[in-house]
Amino acid sequence: MSTDVKIPQANTQAHHPDAKGVKLPIYMDNHATTPMDPRVLEEMLPFFMEKFGNSASRNHSFGWAAEEGVETARERIAKLIGATTKEIIFTSGATESDNLAIKGVAEMYREKGNHIITAVTEHKAVLDTCKRLEKYGYRVTYMPVLKDGLIDLDDLKRAMDDKTILVSIMAANNEIGVLQPVAEIGKLCRERGVIFHTDATQYVGKVPTDVNKQNIDLMSISGHKMYGPKGVGALYVRRKNPRVQLSAIIDGGGHERGMRSGTLNVPGIVGLGKACAIAQEDLPQESCRLAGLRNRLRDRIMNRLDESYINGSMEHRLPGNLNISFAYVEGESLLMGINDIAVSSGSACTSATLEPSYVLKALGTGDDLAHSSIRFGIGRFNTEAEVDYVADRVIETVERLRELSPLYEMAKEGINLKDVKWAGEAH
Amino acid sequence: MSYSDKVLDHYSNPRNVGSMDKASTDVGTGLVGAPECGDVMKLQIKVNRETNVIEDAKFKTFGCGSAIASSSLATEWVKGKTVDEALAIKNMDIVKELSLPPVKIHCSVLAEDAIRAAIGDWKKKQEVASPVAAEAK
Repeated sequence: MSTDVKIPQANTQAHHPDAKGVKLPIYMDNHATTPMDPRVLEEMLPFFMEKFGNSASRNHSFGWAAEEGVETARERIAKLIGATTKEIIFTSGATESDNLAIKGVAEMYREKGNHIITAVTEHKAVLDTCKRLEKYGYRVTYMPVLKDGLIDLDDLKRAMDDKTILVSIMAANNEIGVLQPVAEIGKLCRERGVIFHTDATQYVGKVPTDVNKQNIDLMSISGHKMYGPKGVGALYVRRKNPRVQLSAIIDGGGHERGMRSGTLNVPGIVGLGKACAIAQEDLPQESCRLAGLRNRLRDRIMNRLDESYINGSMEHRLPGNLNISFAYVEGESLLMGINDIAVSSGSACTSATLEPSYVLKALGTGDDLAHSSIRFGIGRFNTEAEVDYVADRVIETVERLRELSPLYEMAKEGINLKDVKWAGEAH
Repeated sequence: MSYSDKVLDHYSNPRNVGSMDKASTDVGTGLVGAPECGDVMKLQIKVNRETNVIEDAKFKTFGCGSAIASSSLATEWVKGKTVDEALAIKNMDIVKELSLPPVKIHCSVLAEDAIRAAIGDWKKKQEVASPVAAEAK
């Protein structure tokens, strides 16, 4: 039985016959990065060639103009998260903010203790930083997560001891979009005098944030995840109840209250500030719109394709995130088939290290389903027409690849794949 | 890093997708890889027992574009060859033909394994059917 399998080759230059007014290629990978909002670019432009001064130049109008831009941005960021301007430090991005938060606390509070708690599903910026601290003699607990991706609060409570100085748990996961119970985690930490850091890269500007209501002590923010520029971010550092102190990791002049030396990336910071202002204004309706689009994508796909599994809690999730495993179909081959759409996969074949997604692994998802996963990140500039097009192309490609798949064939014959002795299993 | 044209061609127009009757004594089936590794190839050959020529080949693959292309190419190459000629196919030939980058070389290795497994399976069937005749081959 031979099938004439022809996969429609979408030409990225022209419109696909089914495109229906959709412009190709479509970008639906907004967790990787986001396009800059035109309003952000407009806000940044004067600071390249007219207001180009060094914001630390205290004695002339060029410096003052740059400083004003920076301080306006600082206010906008503080406002978005319920903080004061003195609590916002500018960095080169969330990776640096994570490094500063974790290493900064570790060094400053060394006398108090050497135990740090984090989670297995954290971004590498947190995990690799913790690994480095382990080399310096710190003890790190990497908490597991439940099947839906959430932290068990009782487990967290039990993990804390009198040497714990820091808990670092991300507010929203970049792969599966799952939202951790930040306020409850913060409360637990506050009660025990432990500093609570949250990597809020995917969270800020998408979910209402209040550092006081949510008991947050340190928070990492990224510009390019919220329609702002790459290469700039911020770290919120609590000043009151309690006051958090950090050892700087970059020395050289003592900028940003001694916590982060270096001439400020003024245009970038201005952009980050504007991105926050826009997010603040748009947040409620944008959140609804994104969730609507995401649910539309999910339903359209899952109503047509059997054996599709959502990874991570649907209830506690970023409104624009969807992560689905399509059994019997490998992720990279699926991406190749929808080559006019930008999304990403948890497949080993798509990672630099040839390891499947460790986040999916932490959920207990089998490696085979991890290899079959696709992450969709719907954002501000995606439309309903795009969602429908993406859904249809995914369905068509999965169906085509299942025809090509020996696993699908075996499953249809009633063979339980888990009982098979695979030739390649030795490794 | 974008895909090579040849890989894309095999992916979009895979040759010889399908299945043969596993039970037939003329058919050799090779199933290699494992789902947890993200690569499983099933390659089948139909051999003329008089001439030992592979008359037909079919494949199915769970894996990335390069894996699909490697196995598709493998079926193209074995068709028309004798069993011994097919055994001479090396994975590096596949790598060269498809311009596979270093990180995808393992896909070609799996395709070579699949050819060998299919031939091995067919050979075993010939021995079972007629041990003396098989030895004479």
